[in-house]
Amino acid sequence: MTMLKINGLHTHIEQFHILQGVDLEVPEGSVTVVLGRNGAGKTTTIRSIMGFYPNMKGEILFKEESLMNSPTYTIAKKGIGYVPEDQDIFAGLTVEENMRVAMRKEDDKTFERQEWLLGLFPDLKTAWKRKGGHLSGGQKQMLSIARALVNETPLLLIDEPSKGLAPIMVEKVMEAMNVIRETTTILLVEQNFMMASQLGDYFYMIDEGRTVFDGSMQLLLDDEGLRKKYLGIA
Amino acid sequence: MKTTAKETGTSYTNGNTNVLPEPERKGRLLDLKSLTGKRVTWIIILLLLFAVPLLITKNSYLFLLTNIFIWSVFAMSYNLLLGYTGIISFGHAMFFGIGAYSLALTARHVPSGEFGFLLAILLTVGICFVLSLIVGLLSLRLRDTFYALITLAVATIFVIIAEQWRSMTMGNDGFNFTATLSRDLFGFINLLDRRHVYYIALIFLIAMFLVLKRFIHSPVGRTLQAIRDNEERVASLGFSVLNYKLISNVVAGVMAGLAGVVYAISIRFVSPASVLGVEKTIDVLLMTVIGGVGTLLGPIIGAGVVEVSSHYLMGLANIHPIFERWVIMFGVVFILIILFFPAGIVGTINQKYKSKKRKGKSHE
Repeated sequence: MTMLKINGLHTHIEQFHILQGVDLEVPEGSVTVVLGRNGAGKTTTIRSIMGFYPNMKGEILFKEESLMNSPTYTIAKKGIGYVPEDQDIFAGLTVEENMRVAMRKEDDKTFERQEWLLGLFPDLKTAWKRKGGHLSGGQKQMLSIARALVNETPLLLIDEPSKGLAPIMVEKVMEAMNVIRETTTILLVEQNFMMASQLGDYFYMIDEGRTVFDGSMQLLLDDEGLRKKYLGIA
Repeated sequence: MKTTAKETGTSYTNGNTNVLPEPERKGRLLDLKSLTGKRVTWIIILLLLFAVPLLITKNSYLFLLTNIFIWSVFAMSYNLLLGYTGIISFGHAMFFGIGAYSLALTARHVPSGEFGFLLAILLTVGICFVLSLIVGLLSLRLRDTFYALITLAVATIFVIIAEQWRSMTMGNDGFNFTATLSRDLFGFINLLDRRHVYYIALIFLIAMFLVLKRFIHSPVGRTLQAIRDNEERVASLGFSVLNYKLISNVVAGVMAGLAGVVYAISIRFVSPASVLGVEKTIDVLLMTVIGGVGTLLGPIIGAGVVEVSSHYLMGLANIHPIFERWVIMFGVVFILIILFFPAGIVGTINQKYKSKKRKGKSHE
C-alpha cells in the first residue's frame, strides 16, 4: 500500500517557482530517501507536504486522502511527524516540557511511547530537566525525533538528521532510526550518502525542482554514473 | 542491549520500567528543600503585606501600594501576551479602561452597591471576552505587527467613544464617583476606606498571580511558550496556533479588564487619559520590560519600580524646579535598568543565579 503519493507538485515561495513538478511515492513500511544537490528542492518538498506554503499546485495524497490546502496542524493530526533540518527545539522549555508540549493526548499509550523513546535515546533521560537551548546538537536532534514520534505517527518526514552532527552522534541517530523504521514509514531527506544508502529502500533524485530519477537504493548503489551526475560522488 | 521494535511489539515497551530519569529523582529531593525555603519566604512576605495597613497610617503610602498591586495584575496580563505568547499589543489599555468605566458607570447609575459591583464585573468579563475574541480573530491570523496595529486602532476607537459620548462619560473631563461608592458592600466592605481597598487589591493580586501561575504551567501555557519560541514548529506538532493565541488574548484581556475594575475603585475617577489612553499601554509595557519579560514575578517588580520611582521623582519638584521634568529623570532610570538588567530585573537575576549554579556544578 502507498502511504504517501505526490503528483506534479509545484510550489511557489514568494515570486520564486521552486518545485516545478515533483512526483514521489512512499510505500508503507519503507524508508524512502530524497536525494539531490543543495538547492534542488528537497527541503521544499518535505515542507510542502506539511503545508507550510500557501501557493502550491498538484496533488499530495496521504493514505489516499488529499493534503492540499489543509493547514499544517491538521496535516500533523492525521499522523505525519516532521523533524525539521534545524531541529527547532523550544529553547525556553526543558526536555520534559518539550515532550509534554508535543503530546496531543496525555494518555497511557502516549506515555508508553515516551518511555519507549527514552529507551531509544537515553541521552534525553540525563538531560530531562535541562532547557532545550542548553542541549548539544546531537541531543537536540534526538529530542526533535522523539517529539515527532510521541504521538501516533504512521509517517515520519525527517530532514537531514545527520547535518552538523559528530560521527558518533550520526551513528547513534542511525541506530535509533533502524529501530523506528520497523514501526514507522519514513521519508528521509539526506545529504550524507552513507547514511542514506544504509537506511533507504528507495530513492528519489530531485534536480532543479523536478523528480529526475527514482528506483531502489540498490539501483543507485550500482550506478556510479548516476551518482556522479546528480550527487557529484563516485 | 539493543532495543528493537520486534522486542517491543506494538506496545512500545523496551524492558526499561524506570520511566523517571535518575537526575530528576535526585533533583526532586533538592527542590523540596529549596521549595520549603521559598514557601517560608513567601509566607513572611505575605504576612508583612497583610500587616502593612496596621503599621502604616499614611493614606498616600497605602494608595501607592494599592496601585502597585493593581498595575502588577495589569502588567501580568500584558506579560501573558508579550512574554509567554510573543504577541505585542499597543491597545491593551482598552480592556483596562473597559473595566474601569464599567465600575464607574455602574457606581454612578446603579443604586444597589452589590448589584452594581457584580454587574460591573459581569460587564467587564463579557465585553473583554467578546472584544478580545473579535480583535484576535481579525488580527492574529496575520503577522504580529498587524496585531499590534489593529489593537492600537481599536483602542483609539474606544478613546474616541469615551471622549465623544459626553452624556455618559463626561468626555475628556471624566468624572469622579466617590460619592456613589458603597460604604457597606456585602455588609463589611467600605470602598472609601483606603485599608479596605488595599486588602481588595492585595487579595486580587494574590488570586491573579496564582491563576496565572497555574495557567502558565498547564498544557495550554506550555503550548503558548512553545508558540513564542517557534510557531511553525507548534503547528507541525498538530496544534492550531490561532486557537492558542486566541486563548492567550482572551485571558489577558479579561485579566486586564478586572484590573481596571479594581483600579477604578482605588482612584474613584475615570477619564479617557487616566484609564484608556495609549500611554497606559506604554506604561504597562515598560513595567513588563523593566521587571522581566516572560517571568512571573517580573511584572510585579516592574510595576513597583515604575510606580515608586514616578511617585518619588514627582515629589522632588518641591526641592528644585528642575525635577518638574521628572519624566526625563524617569527615562534615565529606565535606560540604567536596561543597561544593567538587559533581561529585566527578575530575568537578569534569574540568568545570573542559574549560570552561577551551573558553574558551581561544573567545579564539583
